[in-house]
Order: sequence, then C-alpha cells, then structure tokens
Amino acid sequence: MKILMLGWELPPHHSGGLGVACYQLCKALSYDGFNIDFVLPYHDKHENINFMNLIPATNLTAQESHYLGGIYDSERFVSGNARIEELPSDLRGLQAYYTRAMRDVVSKSAPEVIHAHDWLTFEAGVEAKKHSKAPLIAHVHATEFDRSGTNLGNPIIHDIEYNGLMMADRIVAVSQATKDIISRGYGIPADKIDVVHNSVDVSEFVKVYDNTTFSYLAEMKKQGYKVVVNLGRLTIQKGLTHLLRAAQLVVERDPKVLFLICGTGDQYHELLELSADLCIAENIFFTGTFVQGKAWHDAYDIGDMFIMPSVSEPFGIAPLEAIGHGTPALVSKQSGVSEVIRNMLLFDYWDHVRMADQILAMANYESLPVELYNNARLEFDQLSWADVAQKCHSIYKQLAAAKGGMA
Amino acid sequence: MSSICLYLHVHQPFRVKDYTAMDMGADHAYFMPANEHSPQNNRSIFLKVAHKSYLPTNKILTDIIKRQSDFKVSLSITGTVLEQMEAWSPETLHSFQQLIATGNVEVLAETYYHSLAFFYSKAEFEKQVDMHAKKVQELFGVTPTVFRNTELMYNNDIAYWADKAGYKGIITEGWDKVLDWKSPNYVYRPAYTQNIRLLMKNYKLSDDIAFRFSNHDWAEWPLTAAKYAHWLHNLPQDDQIINLFMDYETFGEHQWQETGIFDFLTHFPIEFTRHHGGNFLTISEAIDTYEAKDFIDIPQTITWADEDRDMTAWLGNTMQRQAIEMLYRYEDEVLATHNTELIGDWRKLQASDHFYYMCTKWLHDGDVHAYFSPYDSPYQAFISFMNAARDLKLRIDQYKSKGVKHG
Repeated sequence: MKILMLGWELPPHHSGGLGVACYQLCKALSYDGFNIDFVLPYHDKHENINFMNLIPATNLTAQESHYLGGIYDSERFVSGNARIEELPSDLRGLQAYYTRAMRDVVSKSAPEVIHAHDWLTFEAGVEAKKHSKAPLIAHVHATEFDRSGTNLGNPIIHDIEYNGLMMADRIVAVSQATKDIISRGYGIPADKIDVVHNSVDVSEFVKVYDNTTFSYLAEMKKQGYKVVVNLGRLTIQKGLTHLLRAAQLVVERDPKVLFLICGTGDQYHELLELSADLCIAENIFFTGTFVQGKAWHDAYDIGDMFIMPSVSEPFGIAPLEAIGHGTPALVSKQSGVSEVIRNMLLFDYWDHVRMADQILAMANYESLPVELYNNARLEFDQLSWADVAQKCHSIYKQLAAAKGGMA
Repeated sequence: MSSICLYLHVHQPFRVKDYTAMDMGADHAYFMPANEHSPQNNRSIFLKVAHKSYLPTNKILTDIIKRQSDFKVSLSITGTVLEQMEAWSPETLHSFQQLIATGNVEVLAETYYHSLAFFYSKAEFEKQVDMHAKKVQELFGVTPTVFRNTELMYNNDIAYWADKAGYKGIITEGWDKVLDWKSPNYVYRPAYTQNIRLLMKNYKLSDDIAFRFSNHDWAEWPLTAAKYAHWLHNLPQDDQIINLFMDYETFGEHQWQETGIFDFLTHFPIEFTRHHGGNFLTISEAIDTYEAKDFIDIPQTITWADEDRDMTAWLGNTMQRQAIEMLYRYEDEVLATHNTELIGDWRKLQASDHFYYMCTKWLHDGDVHAYFSPYDSPYQAFISFMNAARDLKLRIDQYKSKGVKHG
C-alpha cells in the first residue's frame, strides 16, 4: 500500500518530539510492508533513513528551513497571505511552496492514503487529496490551543487547523486529552477521531551512561544532593514558571535539591530572571541550549527524577525517554502521556504546593523513586511502535475499504 | 445438621488527609481535613457508612433476634471505629449497644487500632489488645474470649500467643493452600497449642454474599435467601459449621440497599432455620458444641484479603515497608513522652489501612484496592503518610527538648 506522508522534519534535523514520532511511525510501517513517500520542506541528508522515499519540496537546507520558523513557532507565523516566490522567505511562504509541490508529487506517484502531521502540512494534505482523490488522515500531535498554553493562539493557524480537520476523512489524536481538545475546541464529532498514543523504541535505551557532561551535578550528587531534570523548549506551553515557583517551596525546605533545565526558547530570559527574583538561582541550572547526543542522554541519566509541568501537552514523549534512562517521572495531569504510563506522579500544572510536595517526597523518601520507577518500567517495556503502526494500519484499511465501496 | 457462624467485622480507620510537606511543622491535625468533601474526611465517610450500613443493619439484626431467639451473630468492632461513633454518632453507638445487649451477640478481641503490631512489637500489640478489651467492657459490658487478628492475619505464632493469653478461640481464612484436602467446615486445633480452637472462613460461601451478591454476570445472580439456604442444606451431612465471615459494611455499603442485600439478610435466617433445620451459633458456642476434627499447622502468615491471601497487600512493596518500619522505630521515643496526643497519633498511624492504600498490586489485580482507597494513587497515599509520620517525629523531638529544658 502506498502512503503519502506529509511532515515537517525528521531526525537528525528535528527540534522536538514530532520529528521523532514521524520517524518511528514510518519505520514501523515500513516493517509492515508499507511503501512510504515522505515529503519534507527541505533538502538535506538523512543517512539514518533507508526505509522510505524522502521527497524534498524545496532546495533549502534543513538549517535554512528552520531559520524561517519551526513547527512550534506559531507566534512567528504572522503573514496572512502566501508569498509565492522563487524561494520562500518566511514560514508561510515555505508552507505555500510545500503545498504547491503536491500536484507534482501525487502525479508522479499516486498515493492510496495521505497522512499529514500537524497544521503546517494540513493545507498540503488537502491539496494532495484534491489531486489524487485519496483519503486524508490528519494526525494531530499538538493543536494551536496547546502551543499557546490553552489560549486561542494565532487565528490564522487556528483557521488552517480547523480547515484541515474538517477536510480530513479521519483524524488521529495522540491522546484522549487531545481528542477532547479537538472535539471541544473545533467542534469536530468525536467519532471522526481515533486515539493513537505515541510510543518509544525501547531498544534505544539499553546503553549505560557515564555522565561526564554534568560533572558539577555529578559531584553534588555524591554529596547527597538530588537533581530534578526538565528537558524541552522554554515556552509558555511547558509550564516552567510554575516549576520555578514550586522549586522555591522545595528549596526553602530542602536546599539540597537542584534543578537542571535543558533547552532554550522565548521564555529563557524570563525564567532566568524569575529564578533570581525567587532567590533560588543557586539551585537552578539552565543549559541555555538544546542538549543533543551524549549530553541528551546524560541529562536524563543524571536526574533523580524528571519533571514535565506542561500547561497542555498532547502527548509528551520526554517522560518516556526519562524512564528509558532509569529516571522516574512527575508530569502534569494536563499531559497525554499519563494515559500510557500510570506509574508517574501527577499534579495540576498550577498546583505549586502539590508539585513541591512530590519533589520533596521523591528527594527524601527513598522507597518512592524506587517503587515508582520499577512499576513504570514494567509499563514502559510493553511499549512498541509496532503497536502504533498496527493501529494506523487498521485505519488505512478502513479508509481504503470505504473508498472501494463508493467506487 | 450443620450450624452457621456468622461473623461481621466493623472498622473505620482514621485516614490521613492530603498532608503535604508545606503543612509539616505547622499543622498537626493529620486526620482532620478542613474540607467536608475531601475524600479523606473521616467524619463524612463515617456518617455515610453509618446511615447506609450500620444503622439499618443493626435494626435488621435486632429485629431478627426479636423474631427468632436462636439467631446468633459474632462481631468485632475496632477501637478506632468506636471512637468515631462516640465523637460523631452516639446514635450508632447506641444501636450497637442495643444489639449486643440482646445477649445473642458475641464480641471478639482484636487490636484497638486495627494494626500490624503483632509483627513489629509484641509489647505494643499486647497493649492494644488490652486497650480494646477495656473499651469493649466499658461500652458493652462484655469481655471477649475469642481473638481475631487484624485482617485475619494468622500463623502458628499468633495461635500460640492467643492460647497462652487464655483465649478459647481464634479465627482465620479457610485458604485452600493451608487446608489442603481438609474442609473449612469443622472446628480445628492449631498446631503447638493446648486449649484454643480455630475456626476458618468458608470463603466461597462468604464471598457469594460479600462480593458476588450484586454481580449480574455471576451465573447465580440473583441470589435469593431460599436458594442460598438450599445450598447450605445440601452440604455434606457431617459438616459441622459454615463460617460466614465478612465485613459488616457488606450490608448497605459494599452491597448497596438497591441490590436487595437487606431483604436477603432479613429472610435468610428464617429460611435456614425453619425450612432447612439448621441453626446459628456464636463462635464460642461452636467451639463448645463441636469437637476439634484435626490439628492445623500454618507456619506462614495467611490473611483473608485478596487473591494471594498473604501479607503482600500491606507489606509487598518497598514504600509500605519503609513507612511501617519508620513508624515502629519511633516506639520507644513516643512512649517515653507519656503524652496521650502524641501516642494517640502514633497509634492511629499504625492502622493497616494506611499501608493497604500504598499497595501497587492494582496494576495487576485491580479494583479491590482502588475501591477502598481515598487517594489518587498509592504514591499519594505514601507521601501523605510519610509527611505526617515525619511531622510526628518532629513533635516528639520538640517535646523531648522541652522536657529537658524544664527539667
């Protein structure tokens, strides 16, 4: 079966969980024998990918395309009109370019199903559907409501998302929470939406890490300090101001708790300032950049616990990665991942007292992290992208059957 | 013709409220949530159970005794639930007093605080058994002669202790693995004892009422008094006793009034005695009436709870063990204060219920634990307990240093 997969990024040229999810899903689908054309908005090397055809929609390098704006930069996406020029000069232009490439793509290789990931590719999905008559799946990894921290967000993107969801034959949401947002926020009937949770590749987490990246923290741990880790974009959606306010309550009671916040984003300077205002700067460590490669592994590994205080997180792969590295996780109740792993501590992102209480308990009651991790690990080891591919497979079959019936 | 020993267990613990690290050092009312609707509000829970179960069931039992003077029932009532009756519902206490005053009711001995003290401190255990006997004498004017340990936890050592302490009987679960080919429907003699007798729960017939009564998927649903009496009548002719042991709250709380449980209770005794020629005995009467059939050797501890019938629901994970071991480490210090408030709080924290709420087995064997837990998760139960226990330790230390100061 031929699938036209529309995405915005793939590892190693990715900025967040979406690229990883697309990569893993396609890999698992290819094992099931699917023939996948994956369209990217850039032209760059992917030496890790030989299980599908990569189709570049532009001649930009990955870096150049990221410079125009990434999948998460909805606030930088301001232009109302597509500027279709020789080469795109902003995110909206790049998107128009990508969309315009669809006629050519589907005429060269007709898809049986079109599978579009998130708002940046939804217009292209509709365009591809128009030219190929193949059914369209809109796969929602995040909505504009999530990215804007439960506000309405950018009205243009709101419209693009709404149109894509309306025009899609089927919608896939990465969690029940996301399904509810789509249904409530956009008025889409719930029976048009399937929940397919993301997963992790368990085999990626078999290494033992030596942790030389954060040698200061490693030394402090020897002196009895505990380390709380967060990884991600420093943006309103991720709820980090709430974490800092909880951290203040923690440090007041136990100064031997340190916080490692890895990543960068528009809130970086605000968070630096806030940690100084709260008089906890001594206990908070910002990397100021995204950590990659060994540093990425080491960040998860050095944590005594991982915390994800997101205001709204459709899925949130990071806690799974933490568990993969042997680190138990605390996540906000507003995170879809808690539908997959029950053995995490849950709090409302605004509940600083609860968050602080859980961090203190994890730091001081040694049986708690042990029990939490061991039970989470049992669940973690059950996870597999093959199950995710299987669910997509059955949606493809249903769509193909429905189309066959109409013909 | 055989006899029924109907034994009902009445208990409510003092649940620890949602008690965070921010409360420690400031708020010592661990068992008194400010919010009436809090899931750990002991008063609200008690009053609900009193109205759904204790009051209507006591009335039915008293009426049955008025109707047929040969109806007998055995009760165990913990010290903590008696305290709750005294504080919040003298009406409920009075109804138990009336029931027991009929003379057809035997009251059993147990630990005042529904604790696991037998396994952690023999001195504390004996103290609690003594406190309970005094309370029962004070409120009901009777002295127990049959012993039941918390959750019917039983092994040879407990039987040996009860024998030495002068009890004529003790009860436990009629678990297949210890009975082997034997039937629970006889009086037994515990191994290594002189005078004491052992009665064992017929869990199949007990659970038909306690667990399966309202289950519409059960092949025998609906269970009528006539049908059930007929089953008992058809047991082997030389069976002596049928030990129906269950929570008192089965009537009206675990099985709601709407299930017909009260009609069943009202009609079953007369069906069994009048139509099938059986009789009811208290546990002491059964011991006086029937010779011991054989001896029973139980080196390992068994209980009447969950599939495993062992201690794992209370002590199976590291959190449970850390919590209870920490609590009993305070024993000498807290008793040395001679402060009734501190000692009372320490003893309330010993209730087995606290450790049951921390059970993580629900991952596998499910709903039983979830139903009885007022916490979001076993981890939250553990955190609140540990915070309260640590605050108690702080108070003990403060009390000691004050004592030194003032000589």
